[in-house]
This record gives sequence, structure tokens and C-alpha cells, in this order.
Amino acid sequence: MLDDLAIRLRQNIGFVTTIVLFCVFYLLYNLAHPRGFTSAVLVQNSDEIFGLAMLAMAQTVPVLMSGLDLSVGAVMTMVGCFASHLLAGTAGGTPLHLEIFGLHLGLGTFPGGTYGILLGMIVCVAIGTLAGFINGCVVVYGRIQPIIATLATGAVYIGIALFLRPTPGGKIDEDLNWALTNSFGDFAATVHIFDDGAAGWFAPFAWIPVPFVLLMLIALLVWVPFRRSVVGRAVYAVGSAEGAAYMSGLPIDRAKIAAFTLGGFFAGCGGLFLAIQTSSGNADIPQAGAYTLNSIASVVIGGTSLLGGTGSAIGSIFGAMILRVISFFFRIFDIAPLLQPLFEGLILLAAVSIGALGMLRVKNTLELFR
Amino acid sequence: MKTMNLGLSRDDRPILIASLFILVILVAGTAYTIARFGSAPLLQPAYLLQQLQIGAFLGIVAAGMMIVILIAQIDLSVPWTLAAAAMMATSIGGPLAILVGLGVGLLIGLVNGIGVAYLRVPSMIFTLGVNAVMRGLMVAHTGGYAPQTTATGLMRSLASERTLGIPNALFVWAAVSVLVVVILQRMPLGRYIYAIGNKEAAAYLAGVDTRRVTVICFVLCGLAAALAGVLLAGYSTKAYQAMGDAYLLPSIAAVVIGGTNILGGRGRYLGTLVGVVLIVLLNSVLSIMDMPEAGRQVIYGLVIILMLLVYGRGERVTN
Amino acid sequence: MQDAVPTQHAFLTLSGISKRYGGVRALEDVDFACERGRIHAVLGENGAGKSTLIKIIAGVVQPDAGSMRLAGNDVSFAAPSAANAAGVVCIFQELSLMPDLSVADNISIASPPRRFGLINGRAQRRRAEALLAEIGCEDVNPLMRVRDLPLSRRQMVEIAKALGQRPQLLILDEATSALTSADVEKVYAMLARLKSEGVAILYISHRMHEVEALADRASVFRNGRHIETFDKGVRSTADIVQLMIGRDIATQYPAKPPHRQVKPVLALENLSWDKHLDRISLSVGSGEIVGLGGLDGQGQKSLLLALFGVLRGVTGRVTVGGREVRTASPAAAKSSAVGIALVPEDRKTEGLMLPMSIADNLTIASLDAISTGPFVDRAKERAAVKRGIDSLQIRIGAPGDAVSTLSGGNQQKVVLAKWLMTEPRIILLNDPTRGIDVGTKQELYRLMRALADQGAAILFYSTDYDELIGCCDRVAIMYGGRIVRELEGDELTETNIVASALNIDAATSAKARAGAAHA
Repeated sequence: MLDDLAIRLRQNIGFVTTIVLFCVFYLLYNLAHPRGFTSAVLVQNSDEIFGLAMLAMAQTVPVLMSGLDLSVGAVMTMVGCFASHLLAGTAGGTPLHLEIFGLHLGLGTFPGGTYGILLGMIVCVAIGTLAGFINGCVVVYGRIQPIIATLATGAVYIGIALFLRPTPGGKIDEDLNWALTNSFGDFAATVHIFDDGAAGWFAPFAWIPVPFVLLMLIALLVWVPFRRSVVGRAVYAVGSAEGAAYMSGLPIDRAKIAAFTLGGFFAGCGGLFLAIQTSSGNADIPQAGAYTLNSIASVVIGGTSLLGGTGSAIGSIFGAMILRVISFFFRIFDIAPLLQPLFEGLILLAAVSIGALGMLRVKNTLELFR
Repeated sequence: MKTMNLGLSRDDRPILIASLFILVILVAGTAYTIARFGSAPLLQPAYLLQQLQIGAFLGIVAAGMMIVILIAQIDLSVPWTLAAAAMMATSIGGPLAILVGLGVGLLIGLVNGIGVAYLRVPSMIFTLGVNAVMRGLMVAHTGGYAPQTTATGLMRSLASERTLGIPNALFVWAAVSVLVVVILQRMPLGRYIYAIGNKEAAAYLAGVDTRRVTVICFVLCGLAAALAGVLLAGYSTKAYQAMGDAYLLPSIAAVVIGGTNILGGRGRYLGTLVGVVLIVLLNSVLSIMDMPEAGRQVIYGLVIILMLLVYGRGERVTN
Repeated sequence: MQDAVPTQHAFLTLSGISKRYGGVRALEDVDFACERGRIHAVLGENGAGKSTLIKIIAGVVQPDAGSMRLAGNDVSFAAPSAANAAGVVCIFQELSLMPDLSVADNISIASPPRRFGLINGRAQRRRAEALLAEIGCEDVNPLMRVRDLPLSRRQMVEIAKALGQRPQLLILDEATSALTSADVEKVYAMLARLKSEGVAILYISHRMHEVEALADRASVFRNGRHIETFDKGVRSTADIVQLMIGRDIATQYPAKPPHRQVKPVLALENLSWDKHLDRISLSVGSGEIVGLGGLDGQGQKSLLLALFGVLRGVTGRVTVGGREVRTASPAAAKSSAVGIALVPEDRKTEGLMLPMSIADNLTIASLDAISTGPFVDRAKERAAVKRGIDSLQIRIGAPGDAVSTLSGGNQQKVVLAKWLMTEPRIILLNDPTRGIDVGTKQELYRLMRALADQGAAILFYSTDYDELIGCCDRVAIMYGGRIVRELEGDELTETNIVASALNIDAATSAKARAGAAHA
């Protein structure tokens, strides 16, 4: 048994390091923060972390099968723009219309009210999932390298986002925004459960931020089962050795499509939350690009190999959190916002270079090329 | 190299298809303009030259990008290499402006190359970090505002003036193209580049100094991006924030549309040239059509997918 | 001369199977059958069509013509998964394991035990333990990643994986090549048990003694055709070899020059590296072929790589032509001051850029020599390519063709020709005849001798003792990273090599030979 533990530890050393690093960073951050260790700070941080954490998960799945998804930021942006149309929560419903080349098309009314909002959220996530599914189909049936395929589909998704929101705007139901971006107690009060959050047994949990709970739920209910499913393991197998996976009779095409589809689902969740959090939709191309690139950085910091086969979405969540906590530090240490990108870049370079120092210890230089 | 072969080689097919597609764009665009305005600007040399002049900046970036892609790497630091070179060139000014700009590109390329070749960090992530650092440095340098310094006369002349009726920028692009073709076709360096892209371990065991070649490739890419930045600053008379952002993805797209394998080792420079022209013409047709940004993005994406589908690349793993 | 094999009991029957790859004929109108409860050996040189045959049976490739019947039903497998589902399981020579997945994951990869639709990790682990125990491989913890296992253990995991699929027809393609002799025994026992349970077994091996020990029946293939099928004991080994190559074996090895005093070109003193090389001292003279022998993995490959500048942290002295040299990289080793060439272990990933042209592969190591100023001289290049192709008689279509279109033997010749263009003084050969047909092998032997006669110093590692005895003037036997013995002249016998390889005294060599028969 001790043997097993040692083996597991050795195999997950990167993952463990990431978690330890995050804990140290976050502890320091809270110690340095004037209102550290309070629910308010925790809520604010979770809100800021959620979007990137979802995108990091979205990026992880294709990376595990040694593909890269350059469209995650675009999917997120597109879903956010959809959300800004569908989640207004207006009592009588929201009329939908489309303008293309001066043509005005009425598309009926999207239902309002609580069920309308729920339906809208499901539609948004479904759109993200569909976008991922399309990515997978282009890669598998078009036989196009993932990097290029998603570069192209990403442009299409951004285009659709721009159609939906040529300028930032839109509206999100205020209760929805309030319920999902605050503490669990606020959530309970808004949706009227647990005696509006006043139930005695509920008090010890009321401080927990809702985004944090959502993140945990998605990780536990989506990622963990996926990883232990046959298709999920096929994703790892394809990333590890595609030829061997084929020889072993694994459903390679299905695994690839599943990987991109799941990525689309995560990105859709991220986009939905971002729209809810900002109460608007914004087809911001640079922001989409920055999110995509940061998702790759999160994946690498989270211990997933860009070559595929090893790593996990949980690690990527921690990678994303580390990236975000670093930027939190800028705030409390009052580093000029102008210098932030510089420090972010330097820290990223430092992190990957330290990780690469092992290369200098390699004694057989042929191993460098593997 | 047998060029008299009747059957098209693997590398020629994409170039031919892309060329045909350029014709399609020209014909369709002309049909549109005749129907709507009763004129055919796409067939006028003056208009085409003007479009190509703007295309030259993309062409120069793509030339550098292609070299890096050929060794199975990628350079995501191009946007801020371009911007940094432009900003440094304009803020130094005087006769040394261009040299300083190129020096910036060389330095960034060197850093990228060392990170990728010696530390063996994946280029995707290392150049991303370098891009962030350069952005940070430039934002700090300019205070986040539009730089007030202006391009020197020579920069403006190279970018926007004409000689014998032909934009000078085209001459610069041509010179870069000749240099790249000579490197790839005639110099040992070119062979090493293709060899590394195909199988780095085999190139290394053949006594090729693969790390040095990798560094050289990144330096060339950095230089190309810097040159484009210097020219672009000359063209718009000054440098501006995020001026390079619009060049990263189109340059990769041009290289890939030109038939270069994104996994390295295969592709001809002529293809990249054709890819750049295709993207430039597509852009001008779309702006003639007053296509909103949304439509442009969608068409962009669809064209890339369509072209690659037609090339029919990627072999299924059966062995 | 196809023998009539009774096929009414046949479990698998192939009729009229043909397969071409591009212009190359891999299989031509092959009829073949095998039965339950028998071990059926498939024999033939490389390129005889054995691997294509297996791939067709296993569903990896599809035949151009012909039909296949399994257990009385017509079948055609579109993918390996279809073949697996029909009970056809193949253990391939190139391992089909996913290195980043655990041993347990790999063993149950095709149909893992599930609970609530999800993979049941605990049951999967128990299953892996049981299967590993079945082949006597309890020392492997199923949690380990395959990447972290040595090659011999990986092969055992591969066998356990195949066993777990409960095959009706089990195909072993050189499945014992990396195993220790103890493991080979266990695999034999497993095969005997499967046979008694009525499993049909196809066994592909180059090791004649294995075939003799195991097979109930054998089929010989040559040039894509099925030549003959016969039962155990009907044909002698000499007959079989004759059938495989289709002609008499001439004197296999070129004559060695008489023993003479040679001037050392390469001299090593106390070369050590990591845990793999331990104070190696050796010298190789001009005109001399020195072999490296011993069991696989005793530091022979490391020694060649160390000399070629691939390894970091090598200590000791290397002199070339009397001058001490430090080779920090292959580029330095290749330089004219040193003049070392290496034909690497794996020609497909280390020796060649497969998609590139023959010409580009030939010149890649000597571009400086055919350049004028900074440019490659086209005329010189063409001449050099032609010289290289002619001097080694490489059979090609055009120099511009991709090197991947060549046969294995001709590919290896390209690797060698590439290095000859650099005019090396010292040539290091890392198992250069592996996977090469007998005809080309003999050409390579002659070439090695010719190069030595022209003054080259050759260091030659081979896993084939026969080859070492036939080709080398001297053989250094390695054990545990050290040279334990150098054999020369009359000492150069299989008995001595085996005895030294096992690092026991020659006095007890009789016992050793018995043990090594399986190694």
C-alpha cells in the first residue's frame, strides 16, 4: 500500500506542486490583504477566477489528446453574447430578431421568467457544446490539424459573436447575477431555499462563494466521471500514443470529437458565467485571444503536458487560480497596472523555464527529442 | 527536384488550388463591383498595387513565420515584436531608427530561440510569455498612451513612397522573399530547417547543430516581424499600441493556406506568397463589399477550413 | 509447390489474398489456413509478406483481393477493433501500449470492467494483477506507468493485455524479442496452456530454435507468396532456410585479412558515464572491425553514443589518431578533426528524415563539402548523390523520391552512404542489420570489410553473435557497463562469446550455452 502511495505521488508530482504553490500564494495573499480571510474577498476572487478556470478545463481536454483548441476564448465570447440576449429575464419574454445585410428577421419571443432563464442557460451551454462538437468534426472528418482547425472555427465563432453584439451591451437578469456571483447565503436568499438562507444548519456554509461551488460541482459531476469513462480514457490513450490506441481497437474518432465537445461545454459554461458576472455581452476579440492564451498557460502550469497523455483538468483549475492570484498580488502590492502584463509575462516565463531546468540534467541528449 | 513531373507533387497542389482561388476571388469581386458600381477596381493595376503595398507588411511577417513553422515551432510573440520594433525605431529616430528596430527583433528572436532550443520549453508557451513581456515593457515605456514619436523620413519613404510607380514596400517584400528562397533552396541552412522539421533527432544525429539552427530561425522570424513593424510605423507615420495584433493569425493562416505543414518539415515559399496574396485580396474584396467585421471573421474562418479540406491533408493513423 | 493442408478443420482460412502498397507487391494470391489447438509458425525474410499477412488478419490493413473465413463465417475486418471483437488478438512487434497510461489501464484498455457505466478502478487493478500473475509477472505493480517500465516488462504487459482479451486466435509477432530467458519460458508455458484450451496460435519469429521448440506446423513466405506449409519435423533447419531465401547461402561473410599489427586510430581510456559505462578501455585500429558483444543492454549502445557526443557527463580519455578529442555533440564528432560517423539504432526515427528525398537524406551530413561559399553547389550535389547511390548500389527510383519509399535494406544503405560522404575515419555501427533481409545483410558485410580495407576503423555492435564472429577481427564483450573480455582469432567462438556475455568462466560454459539458447 505504501508502495502504491509512493507510485501515485511520483506520477502526480507536478499536480501536487501546483496545489502546494497555489496554497502558499493564496495564503500569502490573504495575509497581505487588509480584509484577508473574509467571505467578501473570497467571493470577489472566485468571481474573477471562474471564467479562466472553466477555459483552462476546456483547453485541457483537447491538450490531453495532444491537440490544441485555439477557439476556447471565441466560444466563450460567443456564448456570452448569446446569454446577453437570452437571459434578460423580462417578465413577458424577450423578442429575438436578427439583422443581416439590412434584412430584419423576427425570430419570435424567447420566454422570460424563471423558467425562461433556466432554459436560456441550458441553451447557452448547449451552444458552447455544439461549437465544440463542430470543432471535433472539423478535426476528425476534415482531417485538419487541431491548431489550424480551431484557429479557423474560432474566427467563425467570433464573427457570430460580433453579429450578436456589434457593440457591448445586452442585459442579464439582476437576480441571476446576484445569485450566482455572491456567497451561498445570498444565493439561498435570492432563490428562496433553506428559509432564504437563514436556516440554522446552513449558517456554517453561507460564506462559501457560489462560483466556487459551481466549479466544484462541474469538476466533480462532469470531469471526474468523464475521466473514468471509456471515452475519457481513450482521450488519454490517443494523446499518449495514437497508433497504439488504434491498434488496441479504441474509438479514436469518437474520443477526439468527445474531447472537443467537452471542451466546448466547459467554454460555454465559462462564457455563460462571464456574461452573468458582467451583466452584458461583449464580442471583444483581444479579450477572447487573451483568454485562449491564458488557458494554455494555465494548462501548462497545472502540470498537463502539451504533448498529451498526462495531466488533468483539476490541475488546470489550479493553474488558472495561480495565474489569477498572481494578478491579485498586483492589486494589494499596488504595482502600477501598467506593469502588470510585464510581470505576468515574466512569471510565466520563469515558471516554464524552471520546469525546463530538468532538461539541463538530461544525460542522454537524444531524450530531448522525444 | 523534378519540376517537369506531370503529376503534381504534394507541395505544388495547394499552391495551384490557392492560385485558382485567388482567381475566383478576383472574378467574383469584379462581378460584384460591376453590378454595384459599374467599375472594376480589382482589375486596375493601381488599385492592386496599393493593396499589395498593404499586403507587404503581412507578407514579410509571414515569411518569418514560415521559417519557424518549418522547424515545427511557432512564434506567438510576433505581435509585440512588431510593435516594440516600431516603437523603439520611432522613439530613437534619426539615422539609426531602422537598425534599432531590427535590433529589437533580433534580440527577441534570440531570447525565443534560446528558450525553445536550449531550455526546450514548447515554443507555443515560451513565445507567448515573451509576447506578454514585450507588451508589458512597451506599455510601461509609453505609459499606455499612443506614442508621440513619429517615423523617420527613411521609414516613411520605404513604406509609403513609390519608385518607378511601384511602392517601395513591394521592393522590400521582394528582397525578403528572395532572401528566404535563397536560404530555403540554396543554402545548407535551408536543408537543416527542413530536416529538423521532419525529424529533429535524425538531423541531430546527422551532425546538424539543431539548437543553433533553431535559434537562427527564431532570430529570422523576429527580424521579419521587426522589419514589418518598422515599415508599418513608416506607413502610418507613427507606432501605435497593439499595432501587431492584426498580423499574428493572418500570417499563420497565409503560411498554412500556402501548403506548409503546421507540423513542420514541408512547404514551399511560393505557397506562402500565394497565401498572403489570397488573404490580402480577400480582405480588399470584403472591404469593397462593406462587409462588417462579423462577416469578415466568419468568411476568414470558412476560407481557411475550405482550403484545407480541398487540400485533403492529414493521413489517418493505421500503422 | 503449395502443399495441400487439410482445411476442413481450419479455424481461419485465407484464400486468394493480395495486397499492394503503391507499386510494391506485399502479398500475392495467398492461401493460408490455421487450426485451433495448434501453434503455427510463419517464417520468411523481411519483406516476405509476413507482417502484411498479420496486419490483414488483425484488421490493420484491408486486402485488395481475396476472402477470409473465421470459424466458418466470411469475415472482413475494417479496423483492429472488429478483429478483436471476433476473438483475433495480435501482439505486435511495435508495442501497442500507451506509455502514459498505467499498466492496469493498458491491460483493460479495450473492455474495462465497469460499474455504473464508469471504469471500475479497483476491479481493473485486480484483473491486471490476475493476468500478470498468470504469466508469472507479479513484480509489476499495475499502478506503474508503462513509460516507467523497462522494455522487457513492457512486452510482458503487452502479452498480459492480449491474454485478457480471451483470444480465439492469438498472433505473436516477434513477441519475445525483448524478453529475458526466464520470461520466455513463462511465455512458452502460457502458449502451451492456450493451445490445450483450443486457441489457434500464429507465431512469427526469426529465431529458428524458438520455432523448432514451439511450432506444430510452419508456413514459409517469400516475396509475398506462400511457398510451403509443413508439419513439425518434416523439414530440417537447412531446408527451411533454403525455402526462405530461395537460393543457396553462399559464404556469408567476406574473408578476414590475416592477423597483423594495426595502428590504433581510436583509443579509449577509462571511459565512464552515469551507471551505464564503467572504465571502458579499448582501441580500434585502422582497417580493423571491432565488435561489441554481450547480452543486450550491457552498455554497448551507450558506448557508441558516448563516442558520438550524444551523452553528457562522459569521463575518461578519447584519442583519435593520437590526439585527445572531446566530442560534445554529434556535430563535433563529425567534424573533420575527429571524423566519427554513427549508424544509429533506429533508422526510421534517428537515421533518416523519412518524408524527405533520398538526395536530401544522403547529403544532409556533408552539405559543407558540397557547398561553394554559402550556397549548396547543385552540380557537386548531384555528383555526390550519384556517387553515393552507385557506390552502395542502392536500388531507387529517382533521387528525388521520398526515402520512405525504399525497402528497409536500401534505407539502411542510404544511412551508411550519407556517412561515407563525410569520409569518416571511424565508423560506429549500432546493430545495422536489424530488420534487414539476408541479401542486403551480406552486401553490408562486404561493404564493412571494404571500408576497413580502405583504412577505416569500425566499431560494430550487433545482437547477432553469428554476425560478430563472421565479420569482426576482434570482439569486446560487455557486461554491466564494463568490457569483460576481448576475443580474437581462434578464441572467437559462440561458446566463448556466450560464456563471457554471461560473465562466467569459460570452464562452465557448457551450462551457459544451455541457458543462452533461449536468450
